[in-house]
Amino acid sequence: MSTSTFRFDGTDIAFVPGQSVGAALVAAGRPSWRTTRHEGSPRGLFCGIGVCFDCLVTVDGFPNERACLVLAEAGQQVSTQEGSGHDR
Amino acid sequence: MRVVVVGAGIIGACVARAAVVAGCEVVVLDRDQVGSGTTSRGEGNVLVSDKPPGPELDLALASRRRWQDLGDELGRDALELESKGGLVVATSQAALEPLSRLAAAQREVGVEVEAVTDPTHVEPFLTPEAAGAQWYPQDAQVQPVLAAAAVLADARRRGVQYRPGTEVAAARTGQDGRLRGVVTTSGEVIAADAVVNCAGTWGGVVGRRLGGEVPVLPRKGFVLVTEPLPPSVRHKVYSADYVANVAASTEGLETSCVVEGTRGGTILIGASRERVGFDRSMSPLTVQRLAAQAVALFPFLAGVQLLRVYRGFRPYCPDHLPVIGPDPRVAGLFHACGHEGAGIGLAPATGDLVAAHLTGLDPMLVAGVDPAPFLPERLLRIPEETS
Repeated sequence: MSTSTFRFDGTDIAFVPGQSVGAALVAAGRPSWRTTRHEGSPRGLFCGIGVCFDCLVTVDGFPNERACLVLAEAGQQVSTQEGSGHDR
Repeated sequence: MRVVVVGAGIIGACVARAAVVAGCEVVVLDRDQVGSGTTSRGEGNVLVSDKPPGPELDLALASRRRWQDLGDELGRDALELESKGGLVVATSQAALEPLSRLAAAQREVGVEVEAVTDPTHVEPFLTPEAAGAQWYPQDAQVQPVLAAAAVLADARRRGVQYRPGTEVAAARTGQDGRLRGVVTTSGEVIAADAVVNCAGTWGGVVGRRLGGEVPVLPRKGFVLVTEPLPPSVRHKVYSADYVANVAASTEGLETSCVVEGTRGGTILIGASRERVGFDRSMSPLTVQRLAAQAVALFPFLAGVQLLRVYRGFRPYCPDHLPVIGPDPRVAGLFHACGHEGAGIGLAPATGDLVAAHLTGLDPMLVAGVDPAPFLPERLLRIPEETS
């Protein structure tokens, strides 16, 4: 099976075509890629089907993307989202 | 006196609490659970700004004071009561004059309101195109489901019995024609001296099952939810057209956006009104129009994602006033429904009015509001008795 990689917080994450960013992160042993707005608690996949908005992540500079729905693409810049992702 | 309250939305919760405080023995029934109807489908508005002088504004002002009392008694956090204030924006020069005329009339009946020449001082991210605004410090917000649950929990501490998952099928009527309680869909009889119809949008149906139908109809409304942001909208902000739309009686779609931030960081964008019966379907056009109006008020929203959209039914009576009081056709039946999009704001004083009606006290004394404009009689054509 062919694999490509995207960047996540400075490391390469391998994925297979058709895999979501969230699935690839979990497969790479990274269960969490966001912290909550008030408590700073870790979050990752919960529902996995786009409903719960727990798995939000910053993709190519845009915060609040659902990792479970965004398809992984080669060269994507994915980063951990802290809080709302809009904090300055 | 034993009272059955039908409906555990914000109205049923406030009616139950007021009735138990007044000395009644109270059972609250809900076919689903607390706040599962219209209560959970709005924004938790406690508004005085959107009402012209008249009975509804009187009720809103009395209720606003009672929300403050509830905040003191139950804790503001338990209700997420925020006295955030409202900013009503005239988006054009033409809208400025009617808005200041409305504000002047409201001021005469006790609404606190002041003109704002540069609304961006109040809301920094507001469009600089706004012609002017009126500031209403009394406008507030609660988290409606939390508030209903907190009020109901307090009522239960005072002895109210709460039975979720219990649907009323019919009235239990004595030989004298007086209501003696209700029969549930599972055939159980729950005895009572009085039954209060607090079924909101379904008040018409519940009224019919109890022998006293009231003309309460649904008006569909959408609310848009954005991704969470750092605090950027500080108050309830809406365009002056909202006031005209709330009172409008047209069949079709009306949108006029209300924008506000929540404690969670999301921004809520309401409020559309459509008369399409109990049709719950999604309307992309409505969502599009609300979003466009919100962007016109707050241009930065153009770059913000919507997370979701929720919708519900606002219960309205033909004259846009709630129906509160005894049913003249069925002794023992009382109504408290049809509050349209204002039920959260109007709930505490509605509870007081009902408690007064139940116990025979003077509603004017108990609630500080004239009960007459809300009585069911106005909506009913009662057949003349033949002797």
